[in-house]
Amino acid sequence: MIRSVRRLAVVLSLLLVAMLANLTYLQYFSAAEVRAKPGNSRVLLEEYSRQRGPILLGSTAIASSIPTADQLKFLRQYTSGPLYAPATGFYSVVYGATGIERTENSVLSGSDDRFFVDRVQQLFANRGVKGGAVRLTLDPAAQKAAYDGLAGRTGAVVAIDPRTGAILAMVSSPSFDPNLLSSHDPATIRKTYDAYSADPAQPLLNRPIAMTLPPGSTFKLVTAAAALESGRYTATTIVPGPASLPLPTSTKVLNNWSGAACGPGGKTTFENALAISCNTAFASIGLDLGADALLAQAEKFGFNDSFDIPLRAATSRFPTDLDRPQTAMAAIGQFDVTATALQMAMVGAGIGNNGQVMSPYLVAQTLSPELEVLKNAEPTSYSQAMSPANAATLLGMMVTVVEQGTGSNGRIPGYTVGGKTGTAQTAPGQPPHAWFVGVAPANRPGGASVAVAVVLQNGGGATEISGNKLAAPIAKTVMEAVLKP
Amino acid sequence: MTAATSAPAVPTYRQPTRRWAEAGLFLGAFLVGAAAYIQVDLAILGHLASDTVPVLSAVAALLLVAHLGVRILARYSDVILVPAVATLNILGLAMIHRLDLAEIQRAQRNGGEVPSPDVYSQLTWTALGVVLCVTVLVVVRDHRTLQRYTYTAMFVGLVLLLLPLAPFIGAKVNGAILWVRFAGLSFQPSELAKILLTIFFAGYLTVTRNSLALVRTKVMGLEFPRGRDLGPLLVAWFVSLAVLVFERDLGTSLLFFGLFVSLLYIATQRRSWLVLGAVLFISGAVLAYLAFGHVRLRVDVWLHPFADEADTSYQIAQSLYGFASGGMFGSGLGQGFPQLVPYAKSDFIIAAFGEELGLIGLMAMLVLYGVVVERGLRTAVACRDVFGTLLAAGLSISLGLQVFVVVGGVSRLVPLTGLTTPFLAQGGSSLVANWIAVGLLIRISDTARRPDQSGVGLEDAPTQVVAR
Repeated sequence: MIRSVRRLAVVLSLLLVAMLANLTYLQYFSAAEVRAKPGNSRVLLEEYSRQRGPILLGSTAIASSIPTADQLKFLRQYTSGPLYAPATGFYSVVYGATGIERTENSVLSGSDDRFFVDRVQQLFANRGVKGGAVRLTLDPAAQKAAYDGLAGRTGAVVAIDPRTGAILAMVSSPSFDPNLLSSHDPATIRKTYDAYSADPAQPLLNRPIAMTLPPGSTFKLVTAAAALESGRYTATTIVPGPASLPLPTSTKVLNNWSGAACGPGGKTTFENALAISCNTAFASIGLDLGADALLAQAEKFGFNDSFDIPLRAATSRFPTDLDRPQTAMAAIGQFDVTATALQMAMVGAGIGNNGQVMSPYLVAQTLSPELEVLKNAEPTSYSQAMSPANAATLLGMMVTVVEQGTGSNGRIPGYTVGGKTGTAQTAPGQPPHAWFVGVAPANRPGGASVAVAVVLQNGGGATEISGNKLAAPIAKTVMEAVLKP
Repeated sequence: MTAATSAPAVPTYRQPTRRWAEAGLFLGAFLVGAAAYIQVDLAILGHLASDTVPVLSAVAALLLVAHLGVRILARYSDVILVPAVATLNILGLAMIHRLDLAEIQRAQRNGGEVPSPDVYSQLTWTALGVVLCVTVLVVVRDHRTLQRYTYTAMFVGLVLLLLPLAPFIGAKVNGAILWVRFAGLSFQPSELAKILLTIFFAGYLTVTRNSLALVRTKVMGLEFPRGRDLGPLLVAWFVSLAVLVFERDLGTSLLFFGLFVSLLYIATQRRSWLVLGAVLFISGAVLAYLAFGHVRLRVDVWLHPFADEADTSYQIAQSLYGFASGGMFGSGLGQGFPQLVPYAKSDFIIAAFGEELGLIGLMAMLVLYGVVVERGLRTAVACRDVFGTLLAAGLSISLGLQVFVVVGGVSRLVPLTGLTTPFLAQGGSSLVANWIAVGLLIRISDTARRPDQSGVGLEDAPTQVVAR
C-alpha cells in the first residue's frame, strides 16, 4: 500500500508541476500578449488611475486631466477641443486614443521608461504617479486664424516654419469635439462617435494630413522646380503657351483655363507662365523634362513617402510609369497626382528655406511630470530639393504670382509674399478643389518664417471656385498671424 | 494501565511532540495573514479599516483554539498541517476583505447601497470550521471507530450528493444544481458528501481489497478483476455520471470518480484499476461532451477563451487577464483590479491572488497546498492500519485533485469546472468540510505517530490491520 501511495504522491506532484508550469507560461511568457488584448480593461484602468500629463501650447494646457469621483479617476478635458482636435486626437475608454494622445501615450501616461526614477520616487513619497507633458509646435494665433478662416467650409490648413519644419497650424474643418469622445460615459461616447461617423462631412477625418486630393496648379511649383534644376530654364526663358495643346500620342487636347493663349503668339516667359498659371506652358515643360525628372523632383519634396509627425501622415502620390499625355497632365497637378495639405506646405517651405525641405514635426518638447525637459525636438533636414539659387528664383516667381498674377488675395501689406493658386479638377460633375500655397516673408536670406497650404475640398461649398478667391484669403490671415505676433 | 505497571527500569523513550514548533508555525501563519490583511487596508484605504483589529483578534483567537485543541487532543499529530491550512484560510479572508473594499468603493461611487462585507460570514464559517475540527478530535478519539459507520457514511453521503435534486430545497446556481436552501441558509452538500464517501470508500476497500486484488482474470495480457468485483467501480462511475447529468456539476463528478479510482489503486496495488478507471473516465468524458451542451460549452470556452468574450467566455477571459496583468510579481495586494473577474471571491479567487501577488505569490500558495497534501499522504504512509491509510490518503488526494481542478480550471490548464478552492474561497460548506477533513487527518496522524500503547483500541481494530 505504501508503494502505491508513494506513486500517487508522484502523480500529484506532477499535477503541481503542471499547474506551476502553466501559470509560469500564463503569467510570464504569454503575459504581455494576453494583457494587450482589447478585452482587458485593466490597462485602461491603470492608465486612468494615473494623472495623465497635459498637452501644452507654450504654457497653456489644451488637454489636461482633472480628478473625478468615479472609477476612472481622471477625466480628460480639452480646451478649444475642435480647434486642436486634429493634433490632440481624443482619449476614449471605448475607442482608445488617437492623435498625440496615442503617439505620445507613453509620456502622457507616465509609463515611459524615462520616468522610472520618478515612479519609484512617487511610490515612496506615496504621491499619485503622474504622467509627463508634451509641448506642441502649434502657434495658437495661426491655428485660430486658420480655423476661423475655414469656418463652415470643408477643408484643411497646414502652416510650417520652413527653417525648422515645426508645424505652426494644423486645422481640419469640420472638426469634432474630443471632450465628447473622452467622457466617462460609454453610451455618450458611442452615440457621439456613431453620429460623427455617419456625418457625410466626415468630422473625424484628419484632413490636413490624411486627406489626399489632386493639388492642381499648386503642383506647378514642383514642375517649375524641376525645370530650374534641369538647368535649361530660367525665369525669363521663353516657353510655349498656346490656347490649347494637343497631347502627344493621343487625340486629347489640353486647354488653358481662360481659353486664350498665355501670351502673344502663343509664347510667354517662364515667370509669366507661373504668374498666370498657364496650363499649356507647364504641360509643355513637363513633356520637355520627362516623367522621370518630375518624379524625382516630387519625391525630393516628400511625395511617395509617409511622415510621422508623429501622427502618421498619408502618402502623397506622384505616379510612376507615366505615358506622354499622363506626364503632361501630371505636370499641372492632375491625372493621378494627389497631395495632402501637409505635403503642399512642405513644397512651399522647401522653396522658402533656400531649397532645403525640413522634416515636419508637431512635438516641440516632452517634459517630465515636474515639467523638466526630457527632450527637445531636433529639426532634421528631409532633403535639399533644389539649389539655393534656384529656390530663390522660384520664390521670386511666386512673389510675382501674388503681386502681379493669380494670387492677388495673398498679399500682406508691408511683407513680401510668394504664393501659388490651384483649382484642381476632380471627377466630372464635382466642383473643383481650391488650393493656395503661400510663403512669407519672401525676401529674407535666412529663409521665410512661414509656409502655408490651404485646401477647400470641392471649393468648400462655394459656387464660384478659384484658389485665389477662396483659399488665398485664409492663407493670408494665417501668414499674418505668424508674421505679426 | 497505571504508571506503576508501565514503568520499566530502563528510561522510557519519550516521543517528541514538537508542539512548540507548531505554535511557532501558527504565529508565522498569523503574521503572514495579518500582514496581508493590513496591506490591503493600507493600499486601498491608506489606514486600517475600523474592523481590522477585531477581525484579526478573532483570527488570533481561532488560531489559539486550533493550537490548544491539537495540543491537548492530538499531541503526537503532524505539526505542519494545521498551520499550513490556517495560513491559506487567513489569506482567503484577506482577499475577501480586499474585494469587499472594492465593492464598497464602487457602491459609494455609484451612489448605490453599500454592501455588507462578506468577510464577516467567512470569518464565522472559519470559526465554525475550527470548532468542528476540534470537535472531530474530541468525538473521534480513534479514527478506526469510523470504520463501523462505513455503510451509514455511504448512505448519508449519497443522500447529500443527490440532495440538491430534491424538490423545494435544491437550488440552481450558475447552471449547476449543487446547492441546498433550507430555512434561509444555503448549503453545498457535495463538500460534506466528499468526506463521508471517502470514509465509505476507505471502509469498503479495507474489507474487500483482498478479493479485489487477488481474484483476477486475464484479458489481453493485463490482469483484470472479475466481473462482479467490478460492481463498486461501476456504481461509482454511474453516480459520478448522475451528478454530472442531473446536477451538471462537472467538478464534483470528476473529483468523486478520481478519488475512488485512486483509493482502489492504493487498496489493491493493481494498476489495472487505473487503466479501467482511465478508460471509464475517457468514455464518460466523451459521452458527456457529445450528449450535453453545457459540457461542450465548457470545452469550447477552454479551447477558445477569447472567442466569445462578451458572453460565454467572459469569466475565463477576465480571469486570464487577471493572471497576465499580475505577471511575475503581481500588482501588490489592493493595487490590482481583481474585482473585474466575476466570482472573484469564490470560484476565481486564485485569479485574484495571481493578479495581486503575481506568479511568485501564487507559486508559494500552491506549494503550501502541496505541503498540506504531502503531510496528508505522509500520514497515510505512517498509519498502521489499512482503514486509516486509505482514509488519510483519500482525504489528501481529494484535496490535491480539487486544487488541481480548480486552479487548472481558472488558469486554462483544464476546462473550467465548478469547484471551490479549499480554504481560500468564499463559501461556508467548503470551508467547514475542509476543516473537518483536517480534523480527521490530524486524528489519524496522532494515532499513527503515537507511541505504541498496547491494548488501546486494538480490540476495535479489524484483523486486516497487520496485512499491509
